[in-house]
Amino acid sequence: MAGGAGLIRRAALASAGLLLGAALLAPYAVMLLTALKPEAELRMTPPRLLPATWRPQNFWTVLRDPDFQSWLTVSLVVAAASTALVLVAAVPAAYYTARHRFPGRSAFLFLVLVTQMFAPTALVVGLYREFFELGLINTYAALILVNAAFNLAFAIWILRAFFASIPREIEEAAAVDGCGSAGALFRIILPVALPGIVTATIFAFIAAWNEYIVALTLMTDANMRPLTVGITSYVTAYVQHWDLLFAASTIAIVPVVVLFALIEPYLVSGLTAGSVK
Amino acid sequence: MRASLGRYSITGLHQGSVGLRNYGRLLQQEALPTVIGNTLIWVTVVVAVTLLISLGLAQLLNGSFPGRRLVRWALIVPWAASLIMTSKLFVWLYDYYFGLLNRALTVAGALALPVDWLGDDATVMGAMIAVGVFVSLPFTSYVLLAGLQTIPGEVYEAARVDGASGWRAYRWVTLPLLRPALLVAAVLNLIYVFNSFPIVWTLNDRNPGFAHDTMITYMYKIAFKSALRDVGLAAALGVVNVLLILLAVLGYLRVARWREEPA
Repeated sequence: MAGGAGLIRRAALASAGLLLGAALLAPYAVMLLTALKPEAELRMTPPRLLPATWRPQNFWTVLRDPDFQSWLTVSLVVAAASTALVLVAAVPAAYYTARHRFPGRSAFLFLVLVTQMFAPTALVVGLYREFFELGLINTYAALILVNAAFNLAFAIWILRAFFASIPREIEEAAAVDGCGSAGALFRIILPVALPGIVTATIFAFIAAWNEYIVALTLMTDANMRPLTVGITSYVTAYVQHWDLLFAASTIAIVPVVVLFALIEPYLVSGLTAGSVK
Repeated sequence: MRASLGRYSITGLHQGSVGLRNYGRLLQQEALPTVIGNTLIWVTVVVAVTLLISLGLAQLLNGSFPGRRLVRWALIVPWAASLIMTSKLFVWLYDYYFGLLNRALTVAGALALPVDWLGDDATVMGAMIAVGVFVSLPFTSYVLLAGLQTIPGEVYEAARVDGASGWRAYRWVTLPLLRPALLVAAVLNLIYVFNSFPIVWTLNDRNPGFAHDTMITYMYKIAFKSALRDVGLAAALGVVNVLLILLAVLGYLRVARWREEPA
């Protein structure tokens, strides 16, 4: 390794990385800066990047808006409840398939993987009919069920990988020490698999939080819309509150990005389950 | 578990409710050829461009340099952010009068006059494709990065001993070893991009008719928005869409199987 050449290489890589980072973040920087502009400045030609007057009050306007509060509530309820549902179903399923061999086990795992591919988009017309007949349009239950169903696959795969990596001997040792199998599960296995559970939880939460098309279709009542659907009413053919739209988007995006960064190391292995290791 | 299995009954249910006549009518829709063409362009170009750029990005992120951690975090943002919010953001950036894209390009001298990116038939597909690529890059780069990290360093040393370095090593050593990851990224992207709704829905919002719709947004418009309001017809198209995805999934399983874990 020649010192000079290596240094130049590192500098070149670092500047390429810097450019890349800037290109990826630039649109979101515009989002934040637009959220900080007074409304009059939005219709300035030529447009400016930076606000002439900074207006952080836009964020307060959004947070105090009763519409925004109701969208936020719906988003929180749906994301939290569907995530809970996913965990309740995925933890036992993943644990069982990781520890036991049973006929149809690999068929089951493939089936789970395949459901991940059928994003709600292609099924949304069928889903609408189904929930319409069940009388579940505009209910929390509809959105919670659909989100849980579509996030289950990823959760099972990622949890299974974590459970499978825990050596059996730990459980055997626990049994020797007089721990029943339920006790071993709760006292030993679940704490050890905690990173996997955190990953599955955050992923399911974010996917439900960002879901758009099913909510757009099933929640026709303005009071039952989640954030993704609700915020689009800040900018329509009749009103154009881009400043508020972007303030609301920033509020919705920032926490999610931080959570996502936490689980980044585990995501790829879960999403491409079993194929790229 | 029950919920994941329940989904099949939903597909079954909407298949059951569709008579063959709907398929006949679907074939007679004037917009269908345009929509199929759009879908082909949308899926092929987005997936191909995404893979090409992601190969570069993965290679970059596989190297070590100061600030790599920060670049990886930046790469996460378009992945974690809600697609609908990113789409709205691009509507604003592309705006004819107030959008910063026109401003930046005219100031830089690349454009003499502003362009109505989302209103002009010639540019709207390109504008949508750019956003499609932008949001697909993070996931694809991560898959390829994971693939790169499985290639042991000794392989490169052996290649260097044999006199291959730089581009030749990349072409003859890295790419073949990266094939499984590339295939997985390609098939998964194919599925995700085909299914993608918010981008086309939001960026194409202003334009009447179906001139720039993909099969997914077309289906949605038939069912809920257009004068047709025809759930039966939309469901027929829905079944066609599901079959197409099924085809892609079968392709995915074939690809995935050859690296299936022994456990």
